[in-house]
Formats: sequence, structure tokens, C-alpha cells
Amino acid sequence: MSVLTEKVMTRDWARPGQNTIKVYRQHGGYEQLKKALTLDPAKITDEVKRSNLRGRGGAGFPTGMKWGFVPPKDKNPKPRYLAVNADESEPGTAKDRFILENDPHLLLEGIGIACYALGAHACYIYARGEFKYPSSVLDRAIAEAYADGIFGKKLMGKDFALDVYQVRGAGAYICGEETALLESLEGKKGWPRLKPPFPAVVGLFGAPTVVNNVETIASLPRIFEKGAEWFAELGASKSGGTRLVTLSGTVNRPGTYEVAMNTSLKELIYDDAYGQGLPPGRSVKAVIPGGSSAPVLTAAEIDVKLEIDAFKPLQSMAGSGGVVVIDDSTCIVRSLWRVARFYAEESCGQCTPCREGQPWMARIIRKIEEGRGKPEDIDMLLEVARAIAPWPPIGLGTTICALGDAGALPVQAFVTKFRSEFEEHVKLKRCPHGDHPWGHFGEFK
Amino acid sequence: MSEPLFTPDEQTKFDAGIAELLSHYPSDRKSAAMLPALRLLQTMKGWLVPEGMKQVAEKLETTVESAYEVASFYEMYHTTKPGTYVIDVCTNLSCALRGAEGLLKYLEEKLKTKAGTNGEKYFLRETECLASCGTAPCLQVNEDHHESLTRAKIDALLEKLS
Repeated sequence: MSVLTEKVMTRDWARPGQNTIKVYRQHGGYEQLKKALTLDPAKITDEVKRSNLRGRGGAGFPTGMKWGFVPPKDKNPKPRYLAVNADESEPGTAKDRFILENDPHLLLEGIGIACYALGAHACYIYARGEFKYPSSVLDRAIAEAYADGIFGKKLMGKDFALDVYQVRGAGAYICGEETALLESLEGKKGWPRLKPPFPAVVGLFGAPTVVNNVETIASLPRIFEKGAEWFAELGASKSGGTRLVTLSGTVNRPGTYEVAMNTSLKELIYDDAYGQGLPPGRSVKAVIPGGSSAPVLTAAEIDVKLEIDAFKPLQSMAGSGGVVVIDDSTCIVRSLWRVARFYAEESCGQCTPCREGQPWMARIIRKIEEGRGKPEDIDMLLEVARAIAPWPPIGLGTTICALGDAGALPVQAFVTKFRSEFEEHVKLKRCPHGDHPWGHFGEFK
Repeated sequence: MSEPLFTPDEQTKFDAGIAELLSHYPSDRKSAAMLPALRLLQTMKGWLVPEGMKQVAEKLETTVESAYEVASFYEMYHTTKPGTYVIDVCTNLSCALRGAEGLLKYLEEKLKTKAGTNGEKYFLRETECLASCGTAPCLQVNEDHHESLTRAKIDALLEKLS
């Protein structure tokens, strides 16, 4: 068994008052920022590179390398910005909100470290609009940090100004995409930008900008507390540290858990420390491993490490850590319809394949689920999906951003791996599960 | 003469709020404050009243059309007056696996409305994932979060609203 030996992100969550600056500082809070401020900024980026910290928002990109793309000041004299992505909206994902709720100063300390390393004097935290409570905790924490002399004209007394602002979104999944997030921060509708140029070169207000996820930035104080080597060794392969994952669906104990990189998906579902398995008589039919855009796995594919690169051979991804378990009494067509409907709703409308294709796929799936599907509809579904992004996944599809892929890849994975269930719906002219498509826990009681 | 948008006190509060927001952005980027400015207006008036949209546009040195272009893009802004209680029910996969479709139906029956219909008292909507996947099913009432819902919890919640 590979269960977690040392908590990193969740270490202090249970401590009463941890989300106040008083308790946070009583237990060594902001000491790592103070230490970082004595270092050369380039040395900080080196440490982050050596720690093997990788982005926790979904793409898993090496954080230090991302920082390294920011051009030197003599080549580009514009200001630098840090944008923290707290727009947690990928279905199945509920982790960043708990960092904001339980340990907001850990994030703020990380922001101080990152901004000093990047030479950024302003940071915007973009939190999703629905996060009323997490945002209220964060607002209070920011105010505390200013009052305590952490932020402001001098970053912890150092001759380096840093202002930190929280901006709340207003209900648009697309704004979690980094360039849509920047557009939204600029006060516009969230239409993604063509890349290149990448935000590190042309970002917020046309200036070099790093966009990092909450969990990524909140990892920084730990890296400076215990060292880059410790963080790298704690992980597995080229993924440093631990991970927060959200386990949901048909398991006995759903929830948000911190896991080791070499914990397997199977252990997450069955171990006593985590999901505690499925109800008696039920078995796994399918598992979405990294938020609903991550291609679904079959029960035969779940003996895989949760480390970031481990899902690549399975043509899926670790993504945002949202693990959704679907049991053998759940309708796979109905499940996919819910996923497809989401991407249809959330397409921003900028690119035709996504704007037209996502609702088209959702309609075909619904038609099959309701028993009105024809045999040729199944291939039609795949054809529409392929027009947005090819299968197997080989990178960006036909749209400006990855939302196109995010909707098209799950459709192809579900249909390819569970084709017989789609065919059965067509043949029977109804859902084989009748009025109970949602499996063991699907009734509202 | 139509009613003024704000009382004098409210106007002072609104002006101060906008001034604070503008201080968060470069001085030549006033329109960047659009999302928080719209949120401020909606918090104060319950929805994005047209007269308020004009004020937002003026203060942010942009056009009313641009303000509406932003407002209509985002789900949480109300460009028409919503019911007293906006109830957003997550029906995405993680919640659906824990009874969300039944939850929505139960609410439709209890509130005698259909999801998507804006009534005077209730505006019941289906919404997308609210990051309560481990504590499903969930909903929000006027942005307040309620999770691990049961029939008993819904009954108690609705009692408080009526």
C-alpha cells in the first residue's frame, strides 16, 4: 500500500484558527517568505525548478519552467503580474476552495514568494464567483496581511512593494482557462486568446504575467521550509510533492484527500484512509481520473499511480484531481450526457467547432438515452467529436483553447470504451436502467 | 422624473466602492474594474438596473453597450430582476450520482415551479459544478452554499425561506 506518510498541503488544516494570521504566524507562518526575501530572485526560481513542482490546475506544467519564460527586465521593461487561478470549476474538482477556507495565509505567503521571484508588484487572485464563503475568508486574510505589514509598500519590510487583490468571477467555466482569465481580469467577457504569445510574455494589460493555480502557489512555503530536494523526493517520477484529489460519485466515503504521488487510483477508491470502496454488491464500471474533461477509464485501468505523467499511457490525464467513480448500476449514456451538457453550456461561443459541436453532441447523447437513437447516431457522435479534437489525444484540436478538447475527448473515450451500452439503448429503444439511471446512490432521499 | 437610482447615502457608498475598485488597476485601465463594479451594483440593487449600468459605464469610462456585453456573458449577473430567492441546483455528474436529478424534481414539486422559470419569489435554476463534489448533492440560495442535501434538509431550508 502506498498511503501518505507526510501531509504537506493539509498538514495544519485541523488546527483551530489556522485561517487567521495570528495562529498562522504563531506556528511559523510567513517565516519562509522572510527567508526567501534574503535570496536572489533567480535563486528562488532555481529552487522551484529543482523541487519538481508542477501546476495543479490541470495541465501539470513544470512551475519553475513557466516562471523562466518571463523575459528579463532589460528585454521587456513592462511591469510583471502574478495571476492566481482560483476559478475552480472543472466538474468533479473541489480542492482549492478548501485551501482558501482552511489555510488562506499559506496561499498568501506563497504569493509573496512568487511575486518577489518574478519581480511582480501586483497579484490578482481570480476566484470563481460562486465561492462566497471561501472568498470571504480570503478577503479577511488579505486585510490581515496588510495590517500586519506583510503586503503593501514594503513586502515584510523589504524595499519591494506588493499589492494583492481578490477579483471574483461571475459564473463562467471558461475563465479558468488562463487567457480567458486574463481577459476577465481586464474587465471583458472571457474569450480565450490565441497562443502564442504566451501570458509569460504578453499577459495581463499586455505585460508579462504568470498564471498559477492556488494549490501550486500554496506549495511554495513548504518547499522553502523543507527544501527542494525533500519536495522532489516526496513525489514520484518528475512530479514533486503530494496532491489534493477530490473523490466523488459511487464510493462509501467521498471527499477531498491529500495523497502521495505513488498512491494508485485503486487505493484511493478502496483504502480505508480514503474512499473505503463501494457499497456491498456494487463494483466499479468507470472512473474519470482528473475532472470531467479527463478521458474515462474502465475498471481494468484503475491500477495506475496518481502521479501526473502516469495517465499518459492510458490516453487520459491527472488533470485537476477530480476523481469520479461510476458504479455498475449506473447508466453510462446518462453519465456522459451530463458531462456533454456541461461543455455545451460552457462553450464561450468564440470557435464554431466548439460552439456548434458541443450542443450537437449533447443532443445526440440525449436522443440515444431517451431511446430515440438510430444505429448511425453513434458514429455521428464520434464524427462530431473528431471534428473538434482527434482521438487518441494528440494535442490541441480545432479550437483556440482546450475547452473544445475538454468536451470532445470524454465523448470519444466513453463511446469507444462503452460502445455496447450505447448500442443497447438504440436496440432496446430505451435506457436499460429505466427510471433509475443513477446507480446505487442516485435516489434523492 | 423617474425615481433616483440610489438614496444619497447609497450613492456615497456606491461612489466610494467604485473609487476603491479603480485604485486596484492601472489608471489607464479603468474598464478592468467591470466585473467587481457589476457585482457591487448587483449587491446593492439586487440586479443590474439600467440606470446603474449607465453609472458603471460612465465611471469606468466605457460605453453602456460594453457593460452589457460583459454582464450578459456571465451567468451570475442578473440583467432582469430575479425572484427573491435564486436557487441554483448543481446537476452535474458528481451530484447526479448522489441524487441531484431527484433533488431538482423535489424542489420543482415543493416550489410549484419549473427549473429555469423566474418567479416573483423563487428563481429555480440548474447550474454547473459548484465544487461540492465530495459533499454532493448541493445547491446555492442567493450564493449561500448548502451541501450533503437530503429531503429533510430541503424541508428545513425551505421553511426558513417562506
